[in-house]
Amino acid sequence: MELVEAIILAVLAASTPLLLAATGELITERAGVLNLGVEGMMIVGAACGFGGAWLSGSIIVGALCGIVAGALLSLIFALMTLGLAVNQVATGLALTILGIGLSGLIGARFVGEKITPAPHLHIPGLTDIPLVGRILFGEDGFIYLSLALVVAVWWFLYKTRAGLILRAVGDNHVSAHALGYPVLQIRMYAVMFGGACAGLAGAYLPLAYTPFFIPGMTAGRGWIALALVVFASWRPGRLVIGAYLFGAVTILQLHAQGWGVGVPSQLMSALPYLATVIVLVLISRARSGGSTAPAALGTVFVPDR
Amino acid sequence: MRKILIATTAAVIAVGASLVGASAADKLKVGFIYLGPVGDLGWTYQHDVARQAMVKEFGDKVETTFLENVSEGPDSERSIEQLARAGNKLIFTTSFGYMEPTLKVAKKYPKIHFEHATGYKRAENVSTYSGRFYEGRYIQGIIAAKMSKSGVLGYIGSFPIPEVISGINATILGAQTINPNIKVKIIWANSWFDPGKEADAAKALLDQGADVIMQHTDSPAAMQIASERGKLAFGQDSEMIKFGPKSQLTSIMDNWGPYYIERVKAELDGTWKSEDFWGGLKTKIVMMAPYTNMPDDVKKLAMDTEAAITDGKLFPFKCPVIGQDGKEVECKGGTHLDDGQVLGMNFYVKGIDDKIPGK
Amino acid sequence: MQLVLEKRAERSNTIALVSPLIAIGLTIVTMSILFVILGKNPISALGVYFIDPLTDSYSLQEIAVKASPLVMIAIGLSLCYLANAWNIGAEGQFLVGAVAGSWLAVKTQGTDAGPWVLPAMLLLGAAAGALYALIPAICKVRFGASEILTSLMLVYVADLFLDYLVRGPWRDPKGFNFPTTAEFDPVATVPLLIETGRLHLGAVIALVVVAAGTVLLGKTIKGFEIRVVGAAPRAARFGGFNSNQLILLTFAISGALAGLAGIIEVAGPVGHLQPGISPGYGFTAIIVAFLGRLNPVGILIAGLFLALTFIGGEQAQIAMKIPLDVTKVFQGILLFYVLACDSLILYRFKLIYASAKVA
Repeated sequence: MELVEAIILAVLAASTPLLLAATGELITERAGVLNLGVEGMMIVGAACGFGGAWLSGSIIVGALCGIVAGALLSLIFALMTLGLAVNQVATGLALTILGIGLSGLIGARFVGEKITPAPHLHIPGLTDIPLVGRILFGEDGFIYLSLALVVAVWWFLYKTRAGLILRAVGDNHVSAHALGYPVLQIRMYAVMFGGACAGLAGAYLPLAYTPFFIPGMTAGRGWIALALVVFASWRPGRLVIGAYLFGAVTILQLHAQGWGVGVPSQLMSALPYLATVIVLVLISRARSGGSTAPAALGTVFVPDR
Repeated sequence: MRKILIATTAAVIAVGASLVGASAADKLKVGFIYLGPVGDLGWTYQHDVARQAMVKEFGDKVETTFLENVSEGPDSERSIEQLARAGNKLIFTTSFGYMEPTLKVAKKYPKIHFEHATGYKRAENVSTYSGRFYEGRYIQGIIAAKMSKSGVLGYIGSFPIPEVISGINATILGAQTINPNIKVKIIWANSWFDPGKEADAAKALLDQGADVIMQHTDSPAAMQIASERGKLAFGQDSEMIKFGPKSQLTSIMDNWGPYYIERVKAELDGTWKSEDFWGGLKTKIVMMAPYTNMPDDVKKLAMDTEAAITDGKLFPFKCPVIGQDGKEVECKGGTHLDDGQVLGMNFYVKGIDDKIPGK
Repeated sequence: MQLVLEKRAERSNTIALVSPLIAIGLTIVTMSILFVILGKNPISALGVYFIDPLTDSYSLQEIAVKASPLVMIAIGLSLCYLANAWNIGAEGQFLVGAVAGSWLAVKTQGTDAGPWVLPAMLLLGAAAGALYALIPAICKVRFGASEILTSLMLVYVADLFLDYLVRGPWRDPKGFNFPTTAEFDPVATVPLLIETGRLHLGAVIALVVVAAGTVLLGKTIKGFEIRVVGAAPRAARFGGFNSNQLILLTFAISGALAGLAGIIEVAGPVGHLQPGISPGYGFTAIIVAFLGRLNPVGILIAGLFLALTFIGGEQAQIAMKIPLDVTKVFQGILLFYVLACDSLILYRFKLIYASAKVA
């Protein structure tokens, strides 16, 4: 049973950067913008997050640096796609290239340095409860933050007027504009929220997961976050399930090897992606042709004057 | 305007080139191709440390250039050729995947000398070089068996290539001299370099009961996890004590410096010829980081073993070596397996309860 | 007062001509600042990037080698994008094409199969790429599943599939467990155009593809349909065009071209199947398609230009010790400027005053 607890702890940690980045991207996409540059924003967040924490000695400062870096990078994306009506797919890919380069330049001077990782919660009594104590009350702050963020995003999307407007903008920007909502402005905030979350997700890696910075340390997690948003069919609740499922597959595949189970690791790793395609087909089909994707996703909007 | 700009630029470059040309004429140009970024803290980092040591040794006599992050795909041949065309007379290509591209470029530039790390194909102007890392693994096996309370070791592999397989086997053979029933759990990261995944693998191994972690991947992630959990671990490629001051037992350090210095010296003297160099503890290509976090008797045992291997009195693969199937492996080296058998090792020794992936 | 974007009544041909120049000018200014910050001479640095590679035949060849797959893939993608079908999974189609073609190369290895092998490999590669691209296309047409996302997901599946094959069933038995197939036989290799260089038949095929793309778009009814469906979907519906059929068609063509590029790359510059055969060609090609304004000739120029920055970036590492990361930043900035300036072909800025605020 202790092994189960340990596996769950590892899964939670492995899923958190995915969940953080995907939550941000979910809001971006709900507003009708497809930003494929998540990986680029994450890796810059990792470099700046580590740099901030190393220079200041504070994990919180590091996390803030990651958030700001991700948001600033996404602002470039917003200016391009919203201000200049440039194609979102091309811009997002260019953003990734830029981000990888920037993070290498920024991070070069921090290579080989080490920080104390983010502390884990410890509530005497509660954390010591066998099996569930550490899972519920012994995580690092980022894990609680990621879950709080999902709840907040859910509440925002479905319980507030602003959330309703955001969804309207993502589903039909022409109507939203006709109703007098500032489509581009709303989208810019959504993009920047996505950037901030991606930056935080990137910063999680050197601040809590492996407390040092190495170029390229996000190792493709940004792309998985993109897949997750689809897998979750743009719903925050399913995002949590999806993120933990992805994390569980990653961790269980390693455990399976330790147990000597001879399944090709590539097949295990491919499952989440195949599952995403199948889920996407199923949900699209259930809606008889109409996809659950925000209808205006990825399309350019230039208001008529 | 643009034309003027281009003309000026061209002129500046021409002048610059002639200046460089004049001063570089008597310098030996040495090029390096790196797989990772120079800041990977592991494999590439150690090659770059060695390059700097070599530059320090020869000072003005050499000029070095490196290309980093060169993927082992279609781009590597071009990268190597670019170095050849830039006037480098000696080129080190530092990853296995550059084998075919190195040979192709070498064929086109017969006057340039190439040094390919960890490969097995040579040519008139292509040498190969590698380290006998298994010697260090054997010592680690002994220490691990002494220090492990659970009798289960955790091993993070990168790819099931002979270098890694022989490392696992040497570890077990060393450990069996202390505890014949030692167990090892092996997890393949299928990557040289993914800190997050290496950390996950280390966690999985510890969670499954291993209490000493060894790795054949490059980042300090596993060391860090062991340190967090208060468990023991061995470093890889470089000194990692910073990431596990209370955890690192020792580290197998790649120390290419002496080799690079020797080969550059040969090139300068005009005595370079194609060789197959495979250096271990004796030539200091493989070095052990200080033995830490262990009692004195274990430390002494480790040092004695190191001395015995260095002096050629002890061979990690001394016969008889028993394979997983219980049969004795043919003993081609007289008293121990010969180099060919170790270089192409594709079997586990008895005592490993696992299967080589893809086999 | 507010600065807003406004759609032009018709595309501006003036801007279309000058926008690349503005973009390059802005890039030069931005990069000069960065070079000064990094302590490098901006004029010589820019010279190395933009001009040096154009001054010798070797670099020109390498530019063509690098650009060939990019152009081939981007032409196919441009057809999709013109028809409003969003295939971003060309990377996966590239890999699947490489795998399918390699299958034949591996199966005929060491046999006395004749010169039919290579053409058959190319056909297989193209067919597999097309079939793989049809999966997201069918999911889109039949079920309405977003093709952007399904095609992206299938990239990872293809990548892992290739990984599995070269680590398991197709691994070179004499390759010491390294994840690669054996080198292809000469009949399974794309012939070189110039004996001493690396320029291969793929470059010619890429040019043929450019020509075919130009004819298809400019001179055929299908090409006209593709453009109409993308530009004016409502008009296309009234015109009786079947947009679903066009989605399937453009996806199949682009998949075939990506698959063809994949097998050419494997049977050409690489010479065997291994992981990492694509340094992101499928994704870079998306950028090439947009840089080339979805026009075949434009794509050819854009592909060559992007290839120039890759080659220039390498030479900058060699000649001026400019880190690879700077090249990435440079490419990113360049892409942003080009895309931004191109936007002004269809749009213009307009100042509006607070009094004219829309409700």
